[in-house]
Amino acid sequence: MTIAAAGSWQVHALAQPGRLKSLSAVLGRAPRDGSTEWDLSGIAELDHIGAQLFWNAWGKTRPRRLALAPEHEEVFRRIEQAGELALPAEDPRRWRIAEQANQALRTLSGHLLGFVVLIGQLALDLGTFALRPLRGPWKEISSNIYHIGYQALAITALVGFLIGVVLSYLSAQQLHTFGGDIYLVNILGMSIVRELGPLLAAILVAGRSGSAITAQLGVMRVTEELDAMLVMGMSHGFRLIMPRVLALAIAMPLLVVWTDAVALIGGMAAANLELGLSPSYFLRELPAAVPLPNYWIGLGKGVVFGALIALVACHFGLRIKPNTESLGQGTTLSVVTAITAVIIADAVFAIVFAGVGFL
Amino acid sequence: MSTIIRVRNLWTQFGQFVVHQDLNLEVRQGEILSLVGGSGSGKTTLLRQLLGLEKPARGQVEVFGEDIHRADGASQRRLRNRWGMLFQHGALFSALTALDNVAQPMRELRTLPEDLVRDAALLKLGMVGITPKDALKMPSNLSGGMVKRVALARALALEPELLFLDEPTAGLDPDLSDSFVALIKSLHQQMRLTVVMVTHDLDTLFALSTKIAVLAEKRVIATGSPSEVIGLPHPFIQQFFLGERGRRALEVLHDKEMESDHGK
Repeated sequence: MTIAAAGSWQVHALAQPGRLKSLSAVLGRAPRDGSTEWDLSGIAELDHIGAQLFWNAWGKTRPRRLALAPEHEEVFRRIEQAGELALPAEDPRRWRIAEQANQALRTLSGHLLGFVVLIGQLALDLGTFALRPLRGPWKEISSNIYHIGYQALAITALVGFLIGVVLSYLSAQQLHTFGGDIYLVNILGMSIVRELGPLLAAILVAGRSGSAITAQLGVMRVTEELDAMLVMGMSHGFRLIMPRVLALAIAMPLLVVWTDAVALIGGMAAANLELGLSPSYFLRELPAAVPLPNYWIGLGKGVVFGALIALVACHFGLRIKPNTESLGQGTTLSVVTAITAVIIADAVFAIVFAGVGFL
Repeated sequence: MSTIIRVRNLWTQFGQFVVHQDLNLEVRQGEILSLVGGSGSGKTTLLRQLLGLEKPARGQVEVFGEDIHRADGASQRRLRNRWGMLFQHGALFSALTALDNVAQPMRELRTLPEDLVRDAALLKLGMVGITPKDALKMPSNLSGGMVKRVALARALALEPELLFLDEPTAGLDPDLSDSFVALIKSLHQQMRLTVVMVTHDLDTLFALSTKIAVLAEKRVIATGSPSEVIGLPHPFIQQFFLGERGRRALEVLHDKEMESDHGK
């Protein structure tokens, strides 16, 4: 039996739809006992992929009877030289589940330990900063306040206003059925100042700046900037982490005040439309409805949430490995963890200050 | 010999800063053309324009007879299957193993069977000296030289007719660069490759190029065989090729010419 091949055996010719299937059918039928005569001298163009196709059909050895154009000799010689191209077998894994559980446990403890180390380092850096305030990273702090605080004003205002409107409409309808219209001020004031304002601002900042900080540090890892800093004797904690934590701890309470104010304006506007409560009545009633400690709790939450977001974002940013996948994963994890941490902290606040600030 | 690349009256501008002014260049089939120029003379930019990654302010770039900045989607795709590019830092997909990186262009054709793809990818990796054991590693676990060789294997995956190399030997140790040069040379002979490369390494330059294009004064001031270009009296050329390093590399070129003379 003789099999003769002709024409172009280059990858782009072979990759035409359907062509490879019919070719492999023909090649597969040929017996591999050496009785077949292969005539490849008619082939005009041959590349490594075309040659590999023959080679696989031959059972990865050179057939005894083969006619080949001299210029194609080299391609087959190369394939022959490469020899058996087998991937190393994966070692069989037993105890897979146990191994995974162990791995997960180690990752978790690694994160916890890393976070504790980060907080400890931050305390030391703050001490250094307090001892020599003039040599502190003032520029970094102010630029971070600008990026994290000032540039977030528009989005927090928009979301705060809309939440105020929604809350006002919802409560107004319920209160109206009981005839307790005037208590709208209490509901709006307490919920926004004590709870929603800080939480809204924190969630927005976590999504906006937390991810940015993580990605920034991650890219610095990829481009070896972090290593360059260490080599030059600039510590990551003092120059990267502390300025961000301080900036967020300063910017967040300010953002909380801003969000509170805008959300109350939104609620006020909706109350005016829905219940006919005038803004002046609203403002007159507000101080009586919301005692002063609530404002302090709101501000305190801002400081804690801000510092938490910055710490979580830095923690994940510094753990990013220099590849794209890790960067994506780290950023996602950072935002999710930051928001979760904020909500946990909020719950702690609710428990600790359970008896404070109510009428 | 047909013309593979033709650049006509190309202008490149970054804001007010003109990088290329009325630049003309031609590459014929089977040539190994090196782009040479001082840093900031726009070699890499020109390479990126040849690949269609950047659009020049004015002028035409034709590759395989097609204007790549005005070609439609289908012909651009066809074009991109006919060339391969080796980026300076490899640009391997960090989420894929070395093997999958090389197999990716073949899988993208969607018609080749998986076992053929695997064998062909392993062969390409073998050609650049990567063993099957290393083929399963992720790019982050490979050394710089290995990343570069895997990247070359990926550039060669679809048996391109035209190969672009951006600093192919930068960051390789001398032994590796020599084997790299030998590899490209043998591939060039065997696959009838046309090669366009940007390099600062004079040894690589003289060992590989059949033609040199010198970029200076915002255009190509000279093209020709290495010995022709060196003979030109332009100050940049004199400085670039005839410094201390240049002379040493030139000796290699002379030896090579002597050898080929003896061969005749």
